[in-house]
Amino acid sequence: MPPVLSFDRVTVRFEDQAVLDRVTFTVQPGETRILFGEAGSGKTVLLKTALGLVHPESGMVKLFEQEITGLKEKQLFDVRGRVGMLFQEGALFDSATVEENVAYPLLNRSVDGVKPDRFPEIERRVLRALEFVELEHTLEKFPSELSGGMRRRVGIARATVTEPALVLYDSPTAGLDPITANTIMALIVKERELRNTATVIVTHRYQDGQIMGNFRYDTTTGKIFPSPRVANTIFMVMRDGRLIFEGTQADLESSPDAYIRKFVRR
Amino acid sequence: MLYEVHARLLDFLQPSIQALQDFTILSGQAFRNIFRKPHYGEDIAMQADGIGVGSLPIVILTGFFSGAVMALQMSKALAQYGASGQVGQIVSVTLVRELGPVLTALLVSGRNASGIASEIGSMKVTEQIDAMRALGTDPIQKLVTPRLIATALTLPLLTIIADFVGLFGGYLMSCVFLNLTTSNQYWTTAYRALDFQDVVHGLIKPLIFGMIIALVGCFEGLRTKGGTQGVGRATTEAVVKASVWVFIVDLMITQIFVSMPRW
Repeated sequence: MPPVLSFDRVTVRFEDQAVLDRVTFTVQPGETRILFGEAGSGKTVLLKTALGLVHPESGMVKLFEQEITGLKEKQLFDVRGRVGMLFQEGALFDSATVEENVAYPLLNRSVDGVKPDRFPEIERRVLRALEFVELEHTLEKFPSELSGGMRRRVGIARATVTEPALVLYDSPTAGLDPITANTIMALIVKERELRNTATVIVTHRYQDGQIMGNFRYDTTTGKIFPSPRVANTIFMVMRDGRLIFEGTQADLESSPDAYIRKFVRR
Repeated sequence: MLYEVHARLLDFLQPSIQALQDFTILSGQAFRNIFRKPHYGEDIAMQADGIGVGSLPIVILTGFFSGAVMALQMSKALAQYGASGQVGQIVSVTLVRELGPVLTALLVSGRNASGIASEIGSMKVTEQIDAMRALGTDPIQKLVTPRLIATALTLPLLTIIADFVGLFGGYLMSCVFLNLTTSNQYWTTAYRALDFQDVVHGLIKPLIFGMIIALVGCFEGLRTKGGTQGVGRATTEAVVKASVWVFIVDLMITQIFVSMPRW
């Protein structure tokens, strides 16, 4: 099957500094990629480049086999519609309710035959997405009335309401307590398992990678359970804009590189 | 040596030229979007309400006091020449041509350029602008164009109100408190002093000032960097730049109208 996302020697510069330096990798359908790296190593820029929010100086980015590097903003809207993204801190619209936030992607374009003016269908999809993150009771609330973990969960609902084939998560557990962080990771595993979504997660926490690589979702109990070494999970490590590691969890754990080992079992 | 001076001069000028280029591009896109779908009518109405209705109390207060103070200032000067009866003419010409548009624009600039810059700046630093783009919306179409239309439409209306309230303030001061002239003479001279060109002059200015205020506010908001501190900086920059541009453009428009033959 063709890859859902591919980077080919992608370089991004801000002023004179290369924040992504000849980055190359591909994400296959249903695959999970965990991206580690220190703050400022280029992880967020990589996700934004994948969505066409940041334009590379050189190299080629393909989303669903379509090259997006030369596309104009309006041309990118269609291809972006097939990708969900959870931004750091959720990036929910302050002035909109939870319901309006989650409905936003559906109101902007036709998704799977759901036209922007078919409100009953949109309401149903929004409710289903919020039930998925167990926040169906917050429809009328504003983001400022929610806790950090709840905002992140609403962000997941908004990113997945269109049931995209690829979801990008930018530090989904940053700043959360361990219990809430594990709840968020369980939701991401659930999303991946139920919809066979390709997933790219940027994180500082090794535990996040471990959960993605070693847990599965049980549809009967509604909980995640250990299932060592989920086959299609690849780990990547970035340093100063360069992708310095790409491999399995076993490769990561056996790496002699001191920088890479910093992200293992912390 | 010459090369070094040249390079330093370029380094010095580059940020300003870059900013001017970015501002021109943003303005071009905002104007082009007026004629492109989708149109965000609800956002335009909401912004017009916030900018127009929200600014009404402060515009009325300022208009009233500027008219009253002008009448008070003129009372002695006109009495020296035995022309106290002309106070209505002076208040109306000064208000309609100059003070009404400029004072209203400065007030709206202080109130709304800052509001626009801080709102959009907060959205920028919390990645809401990126989220908007990721979810298929053009932020210029959704955020900038409605503010541009709303400010350009409401500022002339606010200016008309400020002019009328100012004339009323002048009337109260000169006819009721100082007994400089009769009510009839005040309003007749005020009305006769104005011709069609003055009215056009007094309405074109706020239309252009409104565009400047909205575009500067949005521009500063969209290029906010560096968290909450950055939002504060963008807010200040927006008010200062919008106010300075109001004065510069005021001079230019006045020069054009002064050098034009009377219609």
